[in-house]
Amino acid sequence: MKVLVTVKEVAEAADDFEIDGLDIASEYLEYDLNEWDEYAVEAAVQLQEAGHADEVVSVTIGPERTEETVRMALAKGVDRAVRVWDDDIAAAGLLDVDAKARLLEAVVAEEEPELVLTGVQANDDGFGATGVSLAERIGFEWAAVVNDLELEGDVAKVHRELEGGVEEHTEVDLPAVLTIQTGINEPRYASLRGIRQAQSKEIAPKTLADLGLDASAVESSFSMTAMYEPETESDATIFEGDAETTAAELATVLREKGVGAE
Amino acid sequence: MTVLAVADHRRGELRDVSYELVTAGRELAEALDAELHVAVVSGDVEAFAEHLSLDGVDTVHTVAHGEEFNHDVYVQALEALDAEVDPTVLLMPNSVNGLDYAPAVASSLGLPLVSDAVALAWDDGLTVTREMYASKVETTVDVDADRVAVTIRGGEWGPTEDHGSPAVEAFDLTVDESRVRSRVTGFEEVGGGDVDIADADVLVSVGRGIEEEENIELVEELADAMGATLSASRPIVDNGWLPKNRQVGQSGKVVTPDVYLAIGISGAVQHVAGMKGAETIIAINTDPNAPIFDIADYGIVGDLFDVVPALVEQFR
Ligand SMILES: Cc1cc2nc3c(=O)[nH]c(=O)nc-3n(C[C@H](O)[C@H](O)[C@H](O)COP(=O)(O)OP(=O)(O)OC[C@H]3O[C@@H](n4cnc5c(N)ncnc54)[C@H](O)[C@@H]3O)c2cc1C
Repeated sequence: MKVLVTVKEVAEAADDFEIDGLDIASEYLEYDLNEWDEYAVEAAVQLQEAGHADEVVSVTIGPERTEETVRMALAKGVDRAVRVWDDDIAAAGLLDVDAKARLLEAVVAEEEPELVLTGVQANDDGFGATGVSLAERIGFEWAAVVNDLELEGDVAKVHRELEGGVEEHTEVDLPAVLTIQTGINEPRYASLRGIRQAQSKEIAPKTLADLGLDASAVESSFSMTAMYEPETESDATIFEGDAETTAAELATVLREKGVGAE
Repeated sequence: MTVLAVADHRRGELRDVSYELVTAGRELAEALDAELHVAVVSGDVEAFAEHLSLDGVDTVHTVAHGEEFNHDVYVQALEALDAEVDPTVLLMPNSVNGLDYAPAVASSLGLPLVSDAVALAWDDGLTVTREMYASKVETTVDVDADRVAVTIRGGEWGPTEDHGSPAVEAFDLTVDESRVRSRVTGFEEVGGGDVDIADADVLVSVGRGIEEEENIELVEELADAMGATLSASRPIVDNGWLPKNRQVGQSGKVVTPDVYLAIGISGAVQHVAGMKGAETIIAINTDPNAPIFDIADYGIVGDLFDVVPALVEQFR
């Protein structure tokens, strides 16, 4: 069985940042592998180690820079990767859920995996919808927010983590897309050997044309019109000064609230 | 025109977001000069319909099929309801179950999906406010489509509580069982154990800012000195540094202590969902832009490795 894992490089904003037009100015952004995807990668590699998967392939949508992030997945045991990008995608700006699902659908058509793993959400745009949207497009069954996974024949037995400390046990027929929640496993660190091997693993670049698509595939029906720092209604009292001073001030407040009283 | 909102329920109870969906839907319906319809799928739909007979709702559609949520049934129910109601805006919850069916419904109906909305406005078209970059910025998104699917974040709209007298219509759904390829086999409560953080009056809560497992000791020391109970954000529990019963948040426990001290916690929406009811919220964080400061009453912008030991001294 082949497992496809979607991975995304996400941008994190520095503590202090400035907005430039419709995005955070690039000098304040740092890039990393999306937290939820790390767990999806680990789940896939574990399926391979357990003999369920013959091959684990990662796919990402992103410019050349994102290969650095994809190498992290390769260093952890993913066999090879596909990276989808071209000028039309770059020009499209923020890709909506539908556009992403369309691109991934084309990759699924080429790779023919039996299981697709994605993260529950990406920490930058936070749509939390690409995996399930993809499943519907490709006619796979699915489960969202999975924090436990066992394969038994053609069935995935999963736990879905609901709100309030409740888990749902669900059986899902394969082929399927599962969106993976943090905590399902313990993502490994890449070994030095893994990092070295990752250098020679394939990251195949694909354009829209390579996937049999054209610019209409990334047309989106929404446009971002503004980005701003949210106005806080906060009237928080912020204590200023060194640790001793601020701690003393905070302790006074806490004592007034009865904390520490025997 | 119609706005159709889909209620959320679990194990026989409507979830809070259902009442919030009615508020969001009612606002939109007024702006659009449209009707507000509410759909409730599976479970004791008649009892649910009674609760959903709220002010501003024109029609409640009940779809009786099965006891519990099954996304394959939800997708089919909403496809069929969409064909009947033809909503301009389809509103769904950004709950865990919403995450499991809303994208499939939108995709199947060919509707653009804007997820996790925190505000909605209508002026010739829909404008959705959402957050990005881990809640550090807000964005507005204009949707250029005749019809659109939106999921709303829980807790952003007040609940509608006033009763109304909508029409209640039983919707007859014929489910294509060959398209039902998932089965819910049960539920499990996780995270019980020795301590119930929901009972604590004072919580000292630790987040990823603590960096290493052995540093948790530092915060434990503070909790001891303050006579407080130790809790945590999700990554601490994911890492196995503290047990699941200590997790505060959407998928952990909802807590309402008198004092909640958040140390090295950014204040992600799923964390805040569990602690925003605390009477006094205090944050210690190096990042002055961390969203936790938006809801805090008191704060120290500083390094926890300096502040926490100093605070321990204060309570020794
Ligand atoms: C479906 C779903 C359910 C979820 N349920 C929950 C839940 O129940 N509970 C929960 O907590 N999360 C939950 N999450 C995860 C949530 O989205 C966040 O990832 C998580 O809350 C982040 O935890 P954190 O604030 O500890 O870490 P981060 O967001 O990484 O924040 C760490 C903070 O520490 C600060 N910091 C770093 N170093 C220092 C220092 N030396 N001194 C002081 N401050 C420092 C940083 O500035 C930062 O603000 C859920 C997510 C999903 C998708």
